[in-house]
Amino acid sequence: MNAATTPTPRLAIKGMRKVYPAVIANDGVDLTVMPGEIHAVVGENGAGKSTLMKAIYGVIRPDEGEIRWEGEHVNITSPGQARELGIGMVFQHFSLFETLTVAQNVALALPGKFDLAGLSRRIIEVSERYGLPIDPRRLVHALSVGERQRVEIIRCLLQNPRLLILDEPTSVLTPQAVRKLFETLRKLASEGCSILYISHKLDEIQELCHTATILRAGKVTGTCSPAQETPKTLARMMIGEDLPVIHHGEPAEGGEVRLRIDGLTQATGDPFGVNLRDIHLEVRSGEIVGIAGVSGNGQQELLKAISGEETLHDRRAVQMCGVPVGRLNPARRRSLGMCFVPEERLGRGAVPRLSLTENILLTAYRKGMLVSGMIRFGAARRFAEECIRRFDVKCGGPGSEAKSLSGGNLQKFIVGREIMQDPKLLVLAQPTWGVDVGAASFIRRSLLDLRNAGTAVLVISEELDELFEICDRLVVIAKGTLSPTKVTSETGVEEIGIWMSGMWPDSVVAGDTTHVA
Amino acid sequence: MWLKFEQRTEPSPLMSYLSPAIAVGLMLVSGMALFYVLGRNPFAGFKIFFLNPVKDWYGVSELLLKATPLMLCAVGLSVGFRANVWNIGAEGQFLMGALAAGGVALHFPDSTSPFLLPGMVLAGALGGMAWAAIPAWLRTRFNANEILTSLMLVYVAQLVVSWLVHGPWKDPEGFNFPQTQMFQAKALLPVLVEGNRVNVALFIGMGALLIAWVFMNRSFLGFQMKVAGQAENAGRYAGFSSKRTIWLGMLAGGALAGIAGMSEVAGPVGQITEHISPGYGFAAMIVAFVGRLTPIGIFFSSLLLALLYVGGEQVQQHMQLPSAISNVFQGMLLFFLLASDVFINFRLRRLARRQ
Repeated sequence: MNAATTPTPRLAIKGMRKVYPAVIANDGVDLTVMPGEIHAVVGENGAGKSTLMKAIYGVIRPDEGEIRWEGEHVNITSPGQARELGIGMVFQHFSLFETLTVAQNVALALPGKFDLAGLSRRIIEVSERYGLPIDPRRLVHALSVGERQRVEIIRCLLQNPRLLILDEPTSVLTPQAVRKLFETLRKLASEGCSILYISHKLDEIQELCHTATILRAGKVTGTCSPAQETPKTLARMMIGEDLPVIHHGEPAEGGEVRLRIDGLTQATGDPFGVNLRDIHLEVRSGEIVGIAGVSGNGQQELLKAISGEETLHDRRAVQMCGVPVGRLNPARRRSLGMCFVPEERLGRGAVPRLSLTENILLTAYRKGMLVSGMIRFGAARRFAEECIRRFDVKCGGPGSEAKSLSGGNLQKFIVGREIMQDPKLLVLAQPTWGVDVGAASFIRRSLLDLRNAGTAVLVISEELDELFEICDRLVVIAKGTLSPTKVTSETGVEEIGIWMSGMWPDSVVAGDTTHVA
Repeated sequence: MWLKFEQRTEPSPLMSYLSPAIAVGLMLVSGMALFYVLGRNPFAGFKIFFLNPVKDWYGVSELLLKATPLMLCAVGLSVGFRANVWNIGAEGQFLMGALAAGGVALHFPDSTSPFLLPGMVLAGALGGMAWAAIPAWLRTRFNANEILTSLMLVYVAQLVVSWLVHGPWKDPEGFNFPQTQMFQAKALLPVLVEGNRVNVALFIGMGALLIAWVFMNRSFLGFQMKVAGQAENAGRYAGFSSKRTIWLGMLAGGALAGIAGMSEVAGPVGQITEHISPGYGFAAMIVAFVGRLTPIGIFFSSLLLALLYVGGEQVQQHMQLPSAISNVFQGMLLFFLLASDVFINFRLRRLARRQ
């Protein structure tokens, strides 16, 4: 880049405005991205980042404002047109066809004829180069969230974009894989590709991005060079106040064992699933245990074995509060005091077309909502109102349908519903996936409160920061086996990161894992 | 010109209730066009088909008589349909219920017990449930598709009826007609008004609607079935038993279809013949869907389908049209309903010329 002549920006947006019936999503937003620049867009959920990106990608039409692409005034009316211009986007909510394979999904996004064999080779090439391992023949419905995101990233990279938009891309990667991705992104940038990087992980933004534009409530509150800021000043620009600090007291000593997994071995019925091998784990009252791991290494299978959605032959393989529950269904396990927050919110954790009140009934019915088999809707509605209030769920009220809530708000609702049942054992998968920083911090604080009150908490997450922040002990899952447990303060991101590739001492899976990132 | 279906972001809840009305409207228009094509005056046809049957109290009572078994079958089916349990075999369960109830009647030809009729109702319910239990068991044990098994069992049931009335249960004094003896007076459902045929089964049907409403909207079991129908994974997550859902859905349909069968043989027919049902079990599926799987809706849609039956008979008599005309109208109604329902979730879009 020559400093003497002013280069034409790759993308320049002036006065973008988009109004939805209930909310002004973008209010006079300006954004300039230079060629080869990695530009962060930072802001809480609902700050207007997604609306801005959708306008750039042609998914929605702005009400006002102009977009210049390499100096030319453009009117982007469809994602197809955006792709023709050279804009690629990796969505936070995946746009993949579940019944098609990875290669078929990628083929659909590419212009020209289908050549699945050739495409599969290119997918493998790109996936190896960027540390995003994926088998092109697998069906998307059998992929975990993390794996789906890899498909999205690869799909964009195959189109050689000149502007790549990434929406929270690192939340499902190991630290080593994040570093690899950063290398990739830096390489892409040095080749002249511009990158719009949406994230709430301030340390990553500081490490990676040249420039950051900060959004709050639809308006730009600042543009800065992240390297010259501290996470604290960035956070203040983002949420307008300082983030509450989480105090992590000492775990209670010698609490009773609430969950014991004792030699759990389970072959999966899913051709693309992961077999669980000889898993041992104990979670005691008053502690939070975290399971780290790259998605698709047996997390889903382990969670189903714990929740009871998949029952076991060996009734002693899973024990709750001393009771062997291997053959009990989820409802029976819940009556022993288990609560569970699954990874998928709509369709599993909540029924999309039912009201929030009815979604409370789904699991919280034991809390005085039934009288001889009949529903007391009043009690359920009061519970829903309380949950909405305590967990600050933004919605139209307890009568709103679950699917009308944003992902983050629905997550708060589901976590709230499970926490409010005073569980003896709480199991959570990806508790803060897609939730904004303020709410994520609130959820984590609630989990710590619960632990301090004596609940045993098990968290399965792909976000290492989160696990290190709240967990007393950590364990890693790779290829369906569990590593030894580590007290959180006696280990670090580096060690856990290596373990996530299956390479812990005496590991039986080291060497044969394909998930090494 | 290129057309494509595009998913609507917000399906209108109002349209899901208007859709049956639109379907009825389209059925009427097409029906009148059909009369015209057949060389009949469409307005006269409309009058005979839809107005003649309800022009006097006797007509209304006949309408209620025909609506009763439809109502019973449909409300039972809707319990399962709401939970994605697709019992297509209500016709067979209807016949088995009729056989079981008729068997009780024929076994006690001289009984004067006040328990005879309740016993027949119970036998009818059990007969229907037994027949519905077969596909339920096949589904829960072997994961066999209940749509196929329940439908195939309809034909088995028809053959069983045929065998009984040609063989062991044939009336020895019936001049070799394939039918049983007429039931004795104590085994017949009392009529509501002297001179009409509508009987107390109407109250059983109304009671079933009421109980179904409470079950679907107030009971936790009904809630679990609703969850199973809308989001199977959420049901599994919560620990609701999918086997229980299948059993409940199938048995509710079987029991009520069986009672409907009982109400026919112990009502207007008064004996078992080869033709107890003019396809009530199948028409009940249309009733259930036109009624939006809700008890209140089913009440009205069963009257509508009953009107198609009675009206069909009227045009046979007065306009010399074939008896299949009822089925044609039923078919049109279902077709238009399904077509209208598509537009609740999708819109038709004209694509711009391809670039």
